[in-house]
Amino acid sequence: MNTSTSTVIDAHKVSRTFNPETIPVLAVDDVHLHLERGEFTALVGPSGSGKTTLLNLLGGLDKPDKGIIHINGVDITKLPANKLIDFRLHNIGFVFQSFNLIPVLTAKENVELIMQLQHRKKTEIAERVKILFHQIGLEDKVNTRPAQLSGGQQQRVAVARALASKPQFVLADEPTANLDSKSAANLLDVMAKLNVEEKITFIFSTHDARVIERARRVITLVDGQIHSDTARVETNVPHEVDKLKL
Amino acid sequence: MWLLKFSWKNMWRNRNRTAISMAAIFFAVILAVLTSSLQEGVFDNLVKNVVSFYSGYIQVHKQGYWNERILDNTFESTTLLENKILQQANVKAVAPRVESFALASSNEFTKGCMVVGISPESENSITNLSSKLVAGNYLNDNDLGVLVGQGLAKRLRINIQDTIVLIGQGFHGAMAAGKYMVAGILKFGSPDLNNQVLFLALPTAQTLYSAEGMLTSYVLSLENPSLLRETAQHIQATIGSNYEAMTWEEMMPEVIQHINTDKGSMLIIQGILYLLICFGILGTLLMMMVERKYEMGMMVAIGMKKKTLMQLLMFESIMTVFSGCILGIIFSIPIVYYLYVYPIQFTGEFAKAYADFGFEPIFPTSIEASIFIKQGLIILVLSLLLALYPIVKVARLNPVKAMKK
Repeated sequence: MNTSTSTVIDAHKVSRTFNPETIPVLAVDDVHLHLERGEFTALVGPSGSGKTTLLNLLGGLDKPDKGIIHINGVDITKLPANKLIDFRLHNIGFVFQSFNLIPVLTAKENVELIMQLQHRKKTEIAERVKILFHQIGLEDKVNTRPAQLSGGQQQRVAVARALASKPQFVLADEPTANLDSKSAANLLDVMAKLNVEEKITFIFSTHDARVIERARRVITLVDGQIHSDTARVETNVPHEVDKLKL
Repeated sequence: MWLLKFSWKNMWRNRNRTAISMAAIFFAVILAVLTSSLQEGVFDNLVKNVVSFYSGYIQVHKQGYWNERILDNTFESTTLLENKILQQANVKAVAPRVESFALASSNEFTKGCMVVGISPESENSITNLSSKLVAGNYLNDNDLGVLVGQGLAKRLRINIQDTIVLIGQGFHGAMAAGKYMVAGILKFGSPDLNNQVLFLALPTAQTLYSAEGMLTSYVLSLENPSLLRETAQHIQATIGSNYEAMTWEEMMPEVIQHINTDKGSMLIIQGILYLLICFGILGTLLMMMVERKYEMGMMVAIGMKKKTLMQLLMFESIMTVFSGCILGIIFSIPIVYYLYVYPIQFTGEFAKAYADFGFEPIFPTSIEASIFIKQGLIILVLSLLLALYPIVKVARLNPVKAMKK
């Protein structure tokens, strides 16, 4: 097991079975995964391949039946439920497919919420909000409610919220699934920029070729197992991914 | 503070749902207050009617009189004793009485009757006896005439100016006999009183029973009837153990029993009302939970502790329930007060039956502050208990399942 200081995620022999007593479904099967700080990784595979389940396991939203997951050196599979929530708050950022933001709060309040949960000082919160909205390019939308934002803008605010807690990494579950090409490109630009400039680790589960194109590492899941794991510098679609006809 | 602000915003996220919840609580409080205040008002009125008929709120007797109501258990009337009673706080008026039984005879008929010697003016201030006069004149202090209940007069076939003869046993076994002229006829709502009571001026009655200067009771009216027991206790402490100060509740336990039976029935009705209210509130809570399930899962996923989420929901519930309760209480005050000033009037046979019994044919409300507070608190507690439902759901919330579409 690699436990170097730059290791963010180290998952070892992780399995997750649903309905073990009725019709067992092996969603994640004996997965080994190692992610370093600053990676921009896409988790791809056909529907039902176990992408979202693996993402949930890595994010501490679900617990594996077998195996261990270390996040920044902490075995999250051993953490009790309440500690796990606290761990997520301070270490993991989440961007979901849709319905990401709380509708009654403004964009700014949605981002502030995470820091309020962390009991940060008001001045610190205000400063961080300013930086984050600058980074996502929505300085003029801070006081806008989610319903008045486009889908792309909402996802950018969601990215800002995910980053508000200064997490170890950001998990994004199909972040571009409901976006048009232009909005998806904008969102990816924002995330790629944050990855390069701020060294923020991003892991996506996706079907979207636009996301896969931008990823520097592509992990392909088939039937809950890692089928291929390709690291690359160029922005071409990896051969293995092409084969799966995503 | 941010959590309160967040709760406030959540409360108004679905204005219709919040309005429905608040309206359910608002109308629940109004209905609960109204039924309760009508119930209390009707019972207060019943007690007022019963007490003002005859018994008064409190009576003072010689110790043991109530268990053995005979003339030998009389006590001496003294100004000192009367003043001691009158000086008690909350005592409005005192009327002395001598009560016993006698055989009443007219020319042709005879009937057993209750003879009550009264101080006409004092008695009138408590039982408003003169208002029951349907023929003839009311008594004066040294009158030698009698006032006869309408039923008794009918039975004896006598009318005003006729003569009635009373024969009975007086103080310490003395013979009691006298002949009196009928000064007036009284009509009581109570058939018992109407058919057997006969009033004499106090000195006349004392002479009849050879009990000069003796009384069987002091009848008291009160400024504030709600302080009945405390007042009786104070009087008892002042007059000592040779006397007994009894409340109407002790003298007429059957009335209390009747009220308690009625209150029991009303509790069932109120229980059904509370149940309907609970279903109304629970319906909106269920809707809210379904609508916000994904969002709650998402909040727990991004790091909101379940305890914080529970607090958030609790604040929302408290704000909704409290607003509904306060508004309900505020709006119920003028309604209850209006019905207190202008009580609901019975009509038809029901009204006639009430009037025949000497009761006012009305449904008054009670404006006791405790009714508003009690009913408001009951609804508040019920609503807050129901608000535990989302909290229990949050405790069991699995973010992954909650976020599944």
